[in-house]
Amino acid sequence: MLNQLLKSSFIPITTVVSLIVVFWYAGAVYLNSDVLIDKYERQNTEWNFKKLVEDSWAMGRPVLPAPHQIMSDMNKSLFGRKITSKRSLVYHGWVTISSTMVGFVMGGVLGILLAIGIVHVPTLNKSVLPWIIASQTIPILAIAPMIIVVLGAIGLTGLLPKAFISAYLCFFPIVIGMVKGLRSPDPIHLDLMKTYNATQAQAFWKLRWPASTPYLFASFKVSIAISLVGAIVGELPAGARAGLGARLLTGSYYGQTVQIWSALIVASVIAASLVFLMSFMERIVQKRMGVLS
Amino acid sequence: MKISGIIYWIFIICYAIQFQFSSDWMLLGENTALLALLPLIGVVIILIRKGITESVTGKCVISLLIASGCLSTLNSVHMSDSGTTSWGIWLYVAVLTLVIWEAMGFWSKIDGSRDKKTAIAVNLLVPVLFGAVLLYLWEMLTVGFQVPQVLLPAPSMIGTAFVNAMEMLWADFQQTFLKAVLAGFMIGCCSGFGVAILVDKVPFLQRGLLPLGNLASALPIVGVAPIMVMWFGFDWQSKAAVVVMMTFFPMLVNTLAGLKSTERIELDLMHSYAANYWQLLFMVRLPNALPFIFNALKINSTLALIGAIVAEFFGTPIVGMGFRISTEIGRMNVDVVWASIAVAALSGSLFYALLAFIERQFTGWHPSIRVS
Repeated sequence: MLNQLLKSSFIPITTVVSLIVVFWYAGAVYLNSDVLIDKYERQNTEWNFKKLVEDSWAMGRPVLPAPHQIMSDMNKSLFGRKITSKRSLVYHGWVTISSTMVGFVMGGVLGILLAIGIVHVPTLNKSVLPWIIASQTIPILAIAPMIIVVLGAIGLTGLLPKAFISAYLCFFPIVIGMVKGLRSPDPIHLDLMKTYNATQAQAFWKLRWPASTPYLFASFKVSIAISLVGAIVGELPAGARAGLGARLLTGSYYGQTVQIWSALIVASVIAASLVFLMSFMERIVQKRMGVLS
Repeated sequence: MKISGIIYWIFIICYAIQFQFSSDWMLLGENTALLALLPLIGVVIILIRKGITESVTGKCVISLLIASGCLSTLNSVHMSDSGTTSWGIWLYVAVLTLVIWEAMGFWSKIDGSRDKKTAIAVNLLVPVLFGAVLLYLWEMLTVGFQVPQVLLPAPSMIGTAFVNAMEMLWADFQQTFLKAVLAGFMIGCCSGFGVAILVDKVPFLQRGLLPLGNLASALPIVGVAPIMVMWFGFDWQSKAAVVVMMTFFPMLVNTLAGLKSTERIELDLMHSYAANYWQLLFMVRLPNALPFIFNALKINSTLALIGAIVAEFFGTPIVGMGFRISTEIGRMNVDVVWASIAVAALSGSLFYALLAFIERQFTGWHPSIRVS
């Protein structure tokens, strides 16, 4: 039992995490000390190191808030308020998740259809694929605020514009992964389908599609994460009043660092759980396909 | 082969129809009618002499004839001052696009397996043709249907804005790319690489950091931008800090994976040569890790640009690509915004291409490059 625990990565991870927390607390003291010492000297208060440490972990608008401050703020804004309240992080998180999911579905469908086209039509393969690869080098997030404003100008507001950005971001990994996946069957298997006189559709549904599932889920994991990033950046323009991105922006306007950090941590938790959800679905599909026994 | 024959016939029939009933667009602009006739000649030549598309000269002639059709429609659509162009031009454009698709088909059919140079030429030419067609359709549709400039400006307008605002865009490029992106990219990649080498020596740390690093690559790190702007001020240093944060983890994770990729048998061989740690690192493990490291560099080149531009939304001195995008959109100067985006896209692509080129020089021995 103990041996197993030592071999697993549980202990190393906890060590590293606790090291990070220790450094965080130390960093909070270091970064906040300038402001505090300045304040003490202006008010001519007596101060020693102990007081400095205690104060720097309890500032209202710290340069770097201490972890427990973030935790208590998260606790307050996640559980302390009604879910429908504008100050509840559950509400903002839900807004972001919903546009992430809608964008992910749109991008997923688009990506899979494009990949099917690229695999089956040679001219599409030669002409479109290089552009898709090249467009990955373009900072698409840079266009995000513009798309929001432009779509807002023609009356499209709310969830859809953000979902467009998410879709735009997440269709690339899916196209690339699926083209690879749909081409992954061995030539010998494709030849076998030919000897069975299978049509192209049959070869697709019975061979190419099942063979591409590992690639599909690998792409899904990447794209759901960037879909979330897309949704958050889509909420940055001033038009958006709800969502984690809007929380970040208002936090930075009013110097509410604790609010920024708790929004960031909620975003990270959402990202991690969405990726976990994808791995979970992958396991179910693999079990049903008989890959995992 | 059958389908393409049908397409050519459709083109001829549609040409006749629009010529008979709605050909007033051909009267606008100089030589429009003449230029519009040339693709018809090309199609007729293909139908009479099927073999003409086999030779490269034939392909060139046919493509030029078809391209003149594009020119004529552009001519006409720019001349008409109102949006009420006749339906004939759109029928013409639609069937012309079909013929262009066929033309791209016969270009992409060139067999490049024997000659490396033709393979490269075809792989460059077809995508360029496709991009040109997209630009053509974009220009036609936005000008022809008088799409509001706010929604989508025509490429020609973006081009003019680009030329007019060249100095401003150059200053933005210097601020965002040459200062923030390059500095952040260097620091982030080097520190990720260095930490990876250190961590690799301590298996305990490695088991602790690797899952966290993988997790970090899924996190929306761009979100630290407002914090960094608060810490490091409005100038490029804060943007570089965001870039460092974004590029660090991909480099760390990929370098660690690369260092692990050396096979047991190679390590054993080095062991039997009595190689010490550094010899092992520099002669076997790092060269083996190079494909992974270049992969991280390429991923990071995109991330770095995104990080810098998004960080500029949170505050800048009055220069920078992100600043330009967010202010010009507020003033509804959409053409300048698009010109900025074009600069960002171009610099991102060139950065990526440069890294890919260096990768080819350094990892020419790797199977994934040798085969293709």
